[in-house]
This record gives sequence, C-alpha cells and structure tokens, in this order.
Amino acid sequence: MSEPAYTPNEMMIAAAARELAGQRVCFVGIGLPNIAVNLALRTVAPDLELIYEAGAYGAQPARLPLSIGDPTIVTGSLSVMSQADLFGLYLQGGLVDVGFLGAAQIDRYGNINSTVIGEYATPRVRLPGSGGANEIALHSQQVFVIMRQSRRSFVEHIDFRTSPGHPPGGGSHRGPTVVVTDLGVYHYDDDGQMRLDTLHPGSTLDDVRAAMEWEVHVAPDLAETPPPSAEELRLMREVLDPERRYIGQAATP
Amino acid sequence: MGGAFAAVAAGAARYDGRVSTSKVTTMREAVAELVHDRDSVAIEGFTHLICFAAGHEIIRQRRRDLTLIRLTPDLIYDQMIAAGVARKLVFGWLGNPGVGSLHAIRRVTEGPAPTLELEEYSHFGMVGRYTAGATGLPFYPLRSYEGTDMPVANPDIRPLRSPYGDETVYVVPPINPDVTIVHAQRSDAAGNTQVWGLVGSQKEIAFAARHVIVVVEELVDESVIRADPNRTLIPGRIVDAVVVEPFGAHPSFAQGYYDRDNTFYVEWDAIDRDRARTAAWLDEYVHGVSGRVEYMDRLGADVRERIRPTGRALAGPIDYGEYK
Repeated sequence: MSEPAYTPNEMMIAAAARELAGQRVCFVGIGLPNIAVNLALRTVAPDLELIYEAGAYGAQPARLPLSIGDPTIVTGSLSVMSQADLFGLYLQGGLVDVGFLGAAQIDRYGNINSTVIGEYATPRVRLPGSGGANEIALHSQQVFVIMRQSRRSFVEHIDFRTSPGHPPGGGSHRGPTVVVTDLGVYHYDDDGQMRLDTLHPGSTLDDVRAAMEWEVHVAPDLAETPPPSAEELRLMREVLDPERRYIGQAATP
Repeated sequence: MGGAFAAVAAGAARYDGRVSTSKVTTMREAVAELVHDRDSVAIEGFTHLICFAAGHEIIRQRRRDLTLIRLTPDLIYDQMIAAGVARKLVFGWLGNPGVGSLHAIRRVTEGPAPTLELEEYSHFGMVGRYTAGATGLPFYPLRSYEGTDMPVANPDIRPLRSPYGDETVYVVPPINPDVTIVHAQRSDAAGNTQVWGLVGSQKEIAFAARHVIVVVEELVDESVIRADPNRTLIPGRIVDAVVVEPFGAHPSFAQGYYDRDNTFYVEWDAIDRDRARTAAWLDEYVHGVSGRVEYMDRLGADVRERIRPTGRALAGPIDYGEYK
C-alpha cells in the first residue's frame, strides 16, 4: 500500500473536526484542538462559537494563536471576561457544549493524567497539572480527547487522576465522549468503557492492540475513518497552519 | 493598604503636581519597599500583561524564600525560580503555553528530592482562592475535583456538604498575598488602573493582597480614567505604588500596545533546557541591565518591530451621558 497523501495529525484533526458537527459552543485548547475547532468552523459547524480559557467568547482569531492567550482572540470577539466569569458563569454554569483535553495517560474509562509520571511527591516527570482541565472535564456537555496512542499513554492504571473519566459501570454524564488518536476514533459504551468505532485508513486492529495495555472493545460495525478530504487538507495547509507547526511535514503523495 | 507611598511622592512633581495623591515611583524603589524575603507574591496576568519587569527586578534585588502565586507560572516564575528567589509555588498549570515544559521548574520538582514546595489547584480553584481572599470569606465552593486525585494530593481541597441539601461540593481556602503586582495599559498617578483585553484574575488577586504595585505602559490624567469608568479594573484606594514601565510585560503582551513575542517563548525552550544557558541568560538580560529600558535595548530593534501590532482596531466611542 502506498503512503497516504496526508499526515497522521491531519487525519486526527479532520476526524475531530467532523465530530463537532451541530455543536454551538466549544472550549478551545492549544495545538491540535485549536486547529480542529477552526476547521470545524469552516466546514461542519459554521455557527460554532469559540471560547478560550484566557477569557474570550465568540472569538474570531485572524491567525492561529501559539498560546491559548493571544491578542488575536480578543480583537473582534463577542465578549471578553474575567476568569471568575469564564469558569463560574460560562463553564460551571453549563454553557459549554464541547471541551477538548489532551492527556499524557488515559485509561479505559477515560480517566486522564496530565499531572505526574511516577509518585506525586517525587515524580519521574512533572507534567503541567490540571489548569482548567479538571473543570472542562466535569462541566462541558461533551469532552473530546485528541492524543497519540501507545502502551505508555493508553494504560491500565494511570499514575494520577487529573480529570475524571466514566465511573465503572457507566451511568454518569462524567467523562470523555470522543477520543481521537493516530489510529482511530473511539466513543464510550454504556458501561463507561472506551469503544473503537472507526480505524483510520492503513491502521489495523493489531496496530491498535499493540498500542494499548487493555483489551480493546471494538464496535460490531467497525468502519474505516474517511480520509481527510481535499477541502479539509486545503484549509489546514493554506489557511490554518501554513507553517505546518501542528499538522506535520507534508507526506509524499 | 492604600496609604500614601511617602517615599516616592516626589515622583509626581514631573507629572501633574498633585504630590499628595501620587504613588508614582521607580520599579527599583517599589520592589525595595514592598517585596521582602519570605513574602508571598502574586504577579498575575493570564498570558496577557504578565509583569516580567517586576519579576526581573525581584531577581536583581536577590530576594529569597518567596512564595510565588499564579494560575500559570509561565516563563516569569520559571526565570525567578531558576534565579533562586522562591521556596514555594502555588499554581494551577505549569508549562510554556503552546511550547512545552518549564524546565527550570522541572529541575527542582522532579526526582527523589524536590527542592521547591508545590501547592497545586485547578485554575478555577485558584480563582476561587483569590475571590475568597478578596471578599473575606473563609472558603470558596466549587464543583471541581469530583472523581480525581487532586484533593488527595492537596488536603486543602476539601469536600463540604451543602447546608441546603444532600449535595457535596469542594471548597478551597482564601489566599491573601503580601504583595500583588499587576501590569496594565494605563493608570493615573493615584493608581486608578484601566485594562482592556484579557483581564484574567488580576482584579481578584489585587483586592486580596496586603499591598499592590501597579505597573503601567502609560500614565494618564485622572480625567482620562473618569471619562471611561467601566474600564477601571483596580481603584487607586488599594494601590500602594505606581510604576511606569513601557514594554514591562515583554515577552507577554499588552493589548493594543505590543504583541505576544511568540518567538521568545519558543526560543526560551532551548535556553531553559540547559542550566548554564539559563544562568547566562539571566546574567545578560536581568543582572546585566539596570532596568526595562536597557533590557529592551539589549534585545534589539528587531524585537520591538516583531511585536508591533499589524494595525489598529479602535473601539467605537460610547456615550455615558451628562446628568446635572
């Protein structure tokens, strides 16, 4: 099989953007989520309002911000607010439909670690910690996770629970609803466990099994993720990330 | 709090002559007077208006054993911790936004014997602590933390049963820094301070503090403040000192004045990974300069050029009306 004419990150961004169809208010993260949300705004979710943790609602960034705080998210936005208002009124108040999270480790229930690798008091690696992730996970109506998967990141036991997943057995609104990786797209079963719904073109179930510590739950109607369309690729490469900071270097067609 | 800053009143003479109300001083004097060893210090500003100029002056004056408070420690606390001013960090998110790690802080918090004490909350938990501190409440309730290890890691995050029903929420304690330093676009000589763009949590942590230093891009007449009172974030009543320091937030930004210097944030990563390069940078750009003017000169004209806004975006005039 020939190499695909797009990068793994372009596939992840396109898959995440499509999941935003019909959503209204999205809490934007740094990096891949930022591009995914801006791609959705130009494709499947033209009415999407972007809210940035730094305190801007209805943002229309004229360039792709490096950080979640940037003057371009302020100029032309619908509202700028204090973080007390952002976390209290908008997020805890229930106005946010979708929030994005990244993770160093995730388990089958969607519990996320972004705090430490190793023991909390004497960590091998000190990660950023919660920031707003804990609040985004608990108060967004839906939580999307974008991350690469491996046996180091998709683990049976995470080292620290920074953001909560589904309770074992399910039955709660808590926890991620969509997980997009470099291999496929997952949603959650009623019992609160992650379920593989589509495999990206070129990925196999063996690839997936080799990149996670627990036995994968596979949807009975497992399908292939449609590859990025020409228009999605054009937007990502020409409009959203012309310097290819996030989408990665061009694959050879 | 809010008393006349007697040592510096003379600074007003070159402004408008109202010596009795002026709190204008230099960064060197403000830090010397108000920031002491073992103090708790908050230099806030969520990505926007982070007062690097004050952090650098604290480094230059070799303060020690500070407790540093911020939602996102950012490069400024990374530099201050690399310079050895702090013994403890109270925070919510530890990273170089959009770039990666804060390596100087990682060096003193990883491994078998960390030397920097950490006290960790979520971002809303930090905002709640500021709000409780500012409003005189014994705690702030929030719906964060359920189902996580954060209350285990930090026993000051505690569950509380609602007195009105069966619900349990989490609470965080108030925080009252010895000194809060706020960067802003403009203030008058009395410290009435106006901000536009991202306002973060500066208001709450300023009201929570025992002393407040305001650092501004521009000093304006009181009439400018009074013409647009909705834009006032902090009243002069709680401000002890006003420092005029253009570009004082670089490499952070000041909406309408200069852009975030993303190139600096990216380049800091390579410096920060190497202890010797970090020390050399501090020697050259902090210890090796007298203040902000010399710092900007040393960075060079191309830096000023790359952080210049690409155009203007003026707010339309609004009418407050006159009522006599």
